[in-house]
Amino acid sequence: MSLMESDELIAFKGFGKTFSTKAGALRAATDIDLTIRRGEFVTLVGPSGCGKSTLLNAAAGLFPPTDGQVLYRGKPVTGYNLSVGYMTQSDHLLPWRDVVGNIAVPLEIKGIGRREMADRVSELVTLVGLQGFEKSYPAQLSGGMRKRAALARLLAYDPDTLLMDEPFGALDAQLRLGLQIQLRKLCQRLGKTVVFVTHDLDEAIALADRTVVFTGRPGTVKRILAVDLPRDRNLMQLRHDRRYNELTAELWDLLAPSIQDIEQLVKAV
Amino acid sequence: MRIWLVRLALLAVFLGAWQITSGWLFSAFFISSPSAVATIFWKWLVSGRLFYHAGITVVEAFSGFVLGGVAGMAVGIGLGRSRTLADILDPFIMIFYSLPKIALAPLFVLWFGIGIDMKIILTATVVFFLVFLNTFTGVRNVSRELIAILRLMGASDRQVLTKVILPSAVAWVFAGLRLSVPYALIGAIVGELIAANQGLGYLLSDASGQFNTAGVFAALLAIVLLAMTLNLIVRILEKLAMPWLQEQDQREFSI
Repeated sequence: MSLMESDELIAFKGFGKTFSTKAGALRAATDIDLTIRRGEFVTLVGPSGCGKSTLLNAAAGLFPPTDGQVLYRGKPVTGYNLSVGYMTQSDHLLPWRDVVGNIAVPLEIKGIGRREMADRVSELVTLVGLQGFEKSYPAQLSGGMRKRAALARLLAYDPDTLLMDEPFGALDAQLRLGLQIQLRKLCQRLGKTVVFVTHDLDEAIALADRTVVFTGRPGTVKRILAVDLPRDRNLMQLRHDRRYNELTAELWDLLAPSIQDIEQLVKAV
Repeated sequence: MRIWLVRLALLAVFLGAWQITSGWLFSAFFISSPSAVATIFWKWLVSGRLFYHAGITVVEAFSGFVLGGVAGMAVGIGLGRSRTLADILDPFIMIFYSLPKIALAPLFVLWFGIGIDMKIILTATVVFFLVFLNTFTGVRNVSRELIAILRLMGASDRQVLTKVILPSAVAWVFAGLRLSVPYALIGAIVGELIAANQGLGYLLSDASGQFNTAGVFAALLAIVLLAMTLNLIVRILEKLAMPWLQEQDQREFSI
């Protein structure tokens, strides 16, 4: 997989981030060099608090890096990066709008006509399986349904790059697989670039073209696994794929040392 | 349903005790009696006197409420959006806030005379601060994450304002408005007590001046009824403006 320099979409160069908290300075991420190519699906895995979300926040331009640079299409990210769509752990739906109203927000911002908007929204509602809940407010939905509404909203505004922070965490296995398949298909068809944080090692391999493994805090890149599964892989059949199982096993071994830490923690308690 | 029966029973006991003790345990001159109050109230009602004076008070309280409310919202949103301006003005706002607005009444009499406009301005001043501070707090408490999410969608300042800031401040605005209803009446009635020849406050002080205790109670009753009506209107508006909160109430409880 040799791609040219010009295919670089997001580049972290010597990236480091320190947050000042009440308890003092907190080094979330350090010395990160990572390049994400156009159209690539990259998953980020690592122990909690290793700065994966920090990386996404910086790519979205929510804050500047403490050290190093974040480049998007070769230019430093300054301020909100309008080429990315962000889906966080919490859904951040607008509580005063129903499902349809929430999905319509980005379309309203774009100034799309009423008729077209209604069509787009109902298409997206069907895509994420929220038919029958169009008029429900977020407070009336389950956690999984809120996630799906947030995903529909993200797809509605059709950004070049999707930054996703454990978007499918709260979903049941079936729905999760359904959405994973949808996401991969959509991204491939539309040429989206995806940076996807997950704690689920199977998900990390199943979705990715490359998987980036992080160390614990302060997080830095430990290994990058090239996932040499076919681009049009069948997610339903992956369980029986030999290469897939090798890769998940490798990923498991890479993260095992930090799992030993947890064991020690449990013993200490 | 049951709770209403208990409430009615309580009211009946209270009115009964009042009626019986009046003229026996306490002097009827001071406490009057429910029947005497009802008689006067009825007399005022049929003669149109009540509606005339209540109408004046309603106009004062309502105009002051709307004027103060709108100004409070506008300034609250403005200052809520501009941190520097809010920081500069903070001590001045606190000075005015700690001043009992009613104490401005004599000054307003000097400036605006004893007509209806003086009561409207007094009421508006009282309402303004309550609505302003609530709106300001509401705008300040808008989730920054929600704003960031919309910014990433390419929302302009205006869109962030109309789609995130205003709707999320609505709950606070209504809290301020609800709080303001009794204060709007206080403003109007105190204005009338100080200097007026019409309105429920005038009715009240006029009855008291003639040692007509039953009339005083009848005027108080009218004021209470008016306050309850205004409260009800604000509540209905609140439900209409924030349907999503209603849905939350109806939702089954789970953790």
